[in-house]
Amino acid sequence: MYKDDTIAAISTGMSNSGIGIVRISGAEALQIIDQIYSGKEKLFHVSSHTIHYGFIKDGDETIDEVLVTVMRAPRTFTGEDTVEINCHGGVFVVKKILETVVRYGARLAEPGEFTKRAFLNGKMDLSQAEAVIDVIHSQNEYALKSSISQLKGSVKEKISKIREEILYHTAFIETALDDPEHISVDRYGEKLSVIVEELSSQLHELIESSENGRIIKEGIQTVILGKPNAGKSSLLNVLSGHERAIVTDIEGTTRDVLEEQVQIHGLNLNIIDTAGIRDTDDVIEKIGVDKAKEYADDADLIIYVADASRKLDDNDKKIIELIQDKKTIILLNKSDLHTVLDKEFLDSYIRESYGMVQNGQESFPIIEISAKEERGIQDFENVLISMFLGGNISFNNEVYITNMRQKMALQEAYHSLERVLESINAQMPEDFYSIDLIDAYEALGSITGETIGEDLVNEIFSKFCMGK
Amino acid sequence: MKYSANSVWENRDSYDIAVVGAGHAGCEAALAAARLGFRTVIFTVSVDSIALMPCNPNIGGSSKGHLVREVDALGGEMGKVIDQTFIQSKMLNQSKGPAVHSLRAQADKANYSKMMRQVLQNQENLDIRQMEVTDILADDADENGVRRIIGVQTYSGAIYHCKTVVLCTGTYLRARCIYGDVSMQTGPNGLQAANYLTDSLKELGIEMYRFKTGTPARIDKNSVDFSKMEEQKGDERVVPFSFITDPESVQIDQVSCWLTYTNETTHEIIRANLDRSPLYSGMIEGTGPRYCPSIEDKVVKFADKKRHQVFIEPEGIDTTEMYVGGMSSSLPEDVQYAMYRSVPGLENVKIVRNAYAIEYDCIDARQLKNTLEFKKIDGLFSGGQFNGSSGYEEAAAQGLVAGINAARKLQGKEGIIIDRSEGYIGVLIDDLVTKESHEPYRMMTSRAEYRLLLRQDNADQRLTRIGYEVGLISQVRYDSLLMKEEQIREEVERLEHTHVGTSEEVQRLLETHQSTPLVSGTTLAELIRRPELSYTCLETIDKNRIELPEDVIEQVDISIKYDGYIKRQLRQVEQFKKLESKKIPEDIDYETIPSLRIEAKQKLSQIRPSSIGQASRISGVSPADVSVLLVYLGNK
Repeated sequence: MYKDDTIAAISTGMSNSGIGIVRISGAEALQIIDQIYSGKEKLFHVSSHTIHYGFIKDGDETIDEVLVTVMRAPRTFTGEDTVEINCHGGVFVVKKILETVVRYGARLAEPGEFTKRAFLNGKMDLSQAEAVIDVIHSQNEYALKSSISQLKGSVKEKISKIREEILYHTAFIETALDDPEHISVDRYGEKLSVIVEELSSQLHELIESSENGRIIKEGIQTVILGKPNAGKSSLLNVLSGHERAIVTDIEGTTRDVLEEQVQIHGLNLNIIDTAGIRDTDDVIEKIGVDKAKEYADDADLIIYVADASRKLDDNDKKIIELIQDKKTIILLNKSDLHTVLDKEFLDSYIRESYGMVQNGQESFPIIEISAKEERGIQDFENVLISMFLGGNISFNNEVYITNMRQKMALQEAYHSLERVLESINAQMPEDFYSIDLIDAYEALGSITGETIGEDLVNEIFSKFCMGK
Repeated sequence: MKYSANSVWENRDSYDIAVVGAGHAGCEAALAAARLGFRTVIFTVSVDSIALMPCNPNIGGSSKGHLVREVDALGGEMGKVIDQTFIQSKMLNQSKGPAVHSLRAQADKANYSKMMRQVLQNQENLDIRQMEVTDILADDADENGVRRIIGVQTYSGAIYHCKTVVLCTGTYLRARCIYGDVSMQTGPNGLQAANYLTDSLKELGIEMYRFKTGTPARIDKNSVDFSKMEEQKGDERVVPFSFITDPESVQIDQVSCWLTYTNETTHEIIRANLDRSPLYSGMIEGTGPRYCPSIEDKVVKFADKKRHQVFIEPEGIDTTEMYVGGMSSSLPEDVQYAMYRSVPGLENVKIVRNAYAIEYDCIDARQLKNTLEFKKIDGLFSGGQFNGSSGYEEAAAQGLVAGINAARKLQGKEGIIIDRSEGYIGVLIDDLVTKESHEPYRMMTSRAEYRLLLRQDNADQRLTRIGYEVGLISQVRYDSLLMKEEQIREEVERLEHTHVGTSEEVQRLLETHQSTPLVSGTTLAELIRRPELSYTCLETIDKNRIELPEDVIEQVDISIKYDGYIKRQLRQVEQFKKLESKKIPEDIDYETIPSLRIEAKQKLSQIRPSSIGQASRISGVSPADVSVLLVYLGNK
């Protein structure tokens, strides 16, 4: 949707290294920064293209020490007033600054929106038009796909239920307004306020959980690979602390892809457990295997569970093929049993198959563990954290942004419902309720990827009997 | 056979504009065209049926009342005629917010029709012609495939040359009336159907739909036992539809309507005979409206409802016929008798006219521009049920816009487009020309995004300026609007800045209205914002108040009371306007735009929206597609 309000986004990647930049563009960029920046002077009056040292504050709380670049229109990338906040690159700091900027009046930029504005403001060469269009398109497609696919099934269901409820009551009010002689909506406020209060508290819960990153699969997309019965599910269970996958000694029990979110020292891992990779005629298992390959391609991190009690077989070889050039940690499981496969052999095998020259470095980190006895898990966690802090693994920017967008939408819906309650309490007429109800409905729809369209009219006709 | 070669001749009366059909759309279109100075001819299959109301005997109703007010604000006729011919009037939703207040009047049908006919007869530049139009004449297509109107031809063979045509054929195209297994090739009320025009339109490349609607029986008042029904009276103080009707002139003796209910017996009769309904037997192919279900539909769809309301409404003063609101049907005649007679008060009812369903040809209105001109036929406009809408008010609104624009075309001016933030008319037309519809379209308040701004009470402030610029509103009327607006502005300003303290007088007044006493000073405007208070009740503590007309006070009250909500919608309108003002060139070739998804390309090529705003409302066009379009247009 075309809007020309002020937008903001993180313009660096979401890794844990280097510096982070939050960029704000639009007519109100300077007003917004002045509300949260504390330095020698207000930035509203400083000259264009200057850099200022100071702090970003949210009220009394100091978030980070920053350098702020002020660039005034039109000599900027977007052609609009632009402010860039250069902060310390920690993921959490950058997130927090963006959230603060949004709270003080900016809107999260749509995918490709900076580029789009740059183009619309004549800042780009005409020949770049097609490229711009492609960028916008692919990014939008991605955002839409990711926002829906990242939504957890249970959350989506909750939101859909709340939406249904809202739609029903809006339709009832609207039917009564359209056909007052058949349907009366008098004193409906009393009934509605009970319902709306319940819905707001459900939304509140969702907002709370979104703050813990539980609403979508925010985090490092991690895929566990390993041949059947190598102990992938046991590992997942150890990491997630409860029995999730069915763990048996029969090969191929994990028929579908399982997903689990695990927090390791403040780091969110979104772990996908796959069916064992191997050639199979079993159709159901095949689906799992295909998915596993697909997930591995999209993953930020792969955990390859190798079985120390069995020799390397074709399955392992396929996996090793699959993980070439990917961020991988290898866990040599069942180190408690009689081992026939050791760390050195595995490492040299991998080097050989990748044609790596001998230089003393390991191909991938290989850690001996026993998922069953929960040994070696601590070593794994340490390696993981150091990889993240070293900037070797990062997670997808878009995922986080999607989460933030969804959280904003939830909050918007929540505020709309609050306004419904306010209207009821202020004894406003019933038609005012539906205005805010519909806003809430629309906001929630943006999370599940649904638009209003003719929903309301259809609901009116299907649920209520009109006269004439 | 329409006519023989021998009977073809050319009428030399040199008309500018021909209007086909003299229903509610046609009347407004013809009057607007003639009033703007163009030689206009209006064709009808029956001069005695001008402005006929073949279905319900009311004008207005929820959101439809808004349309009538808007038609009036633009300089249309419907409001003035109903003000002179109503026999009962109500402001609906009075206990609700001002946005959904809506006028609904019972019309004396015959009188309404007669009155409108007189207006037409007395209109300079306007000729009435009883004749069926069978062909629309256009020249050959130009290189863009666009054809230009050159005239119309009638059943008799006569050719009328003209420069623009407004089609308002209502439900008459290949009309068929049906109940039970009885099917008649007629328009409503047994009037002659127009059986040839559809073919001519198809030859012009116009895509046709077939819709269906229905009407209940008319019964004889003398056979009704009103003692078993609840009386429904009109308002004590009647508000006129037209902004220029003297409010005192509408304080008349009113006629009552009556309320009764269906019951299990009624539903039993209907259920037992469903297999004899033409709808269920497949005899009716057209799509019916969901908002106007027949009684058999209601019984089937809402099976758990034990009873349905039935409104018995007078059709006029000089007739004993009454309309059985809520019980439209296409069941066989004997079933109609049985079911009506099962309703309390109707035990011995005599049916004067049977209930029936009617099928007719109409168009897919997405072939039209927002000006109601066909995209592919230069000079051809259309309005009303022909465009796939339903209702007298929807028809009048479109007829007026089509008539104005048919005239403006000849003036060499751009057509007027009322947008969704300016009026229900805008919502109506935009929906019709943008969204796919499978049933006759009815106006509803829930279709208007900015309904707090689109109130029936401020239709003049929204649209009379446009009516004035078009030339349908007199200087006097325009000046009085300007004065009204000035008075509202000044009074609101004064109230926002008039402070009141915590004096005993003020606290006492608050107490009498059960309003919380003040702890510190405030303004009069703040007090008006309290739900329990209003402009009028603060009179005693408002020392500098000057006497203002009732309609000004109403506006002052509303604009202060709902200030917060109104401002919110105004902000939304600002965003909306930005998208609307981004025009898309008519010759754009969507196939050549990279990155538009295939579905979007198809939909955009089919509908050819006039603005980015309209494009964004097309189903199948995603926000990403809109972005792509914006960038592409930025490039042009």
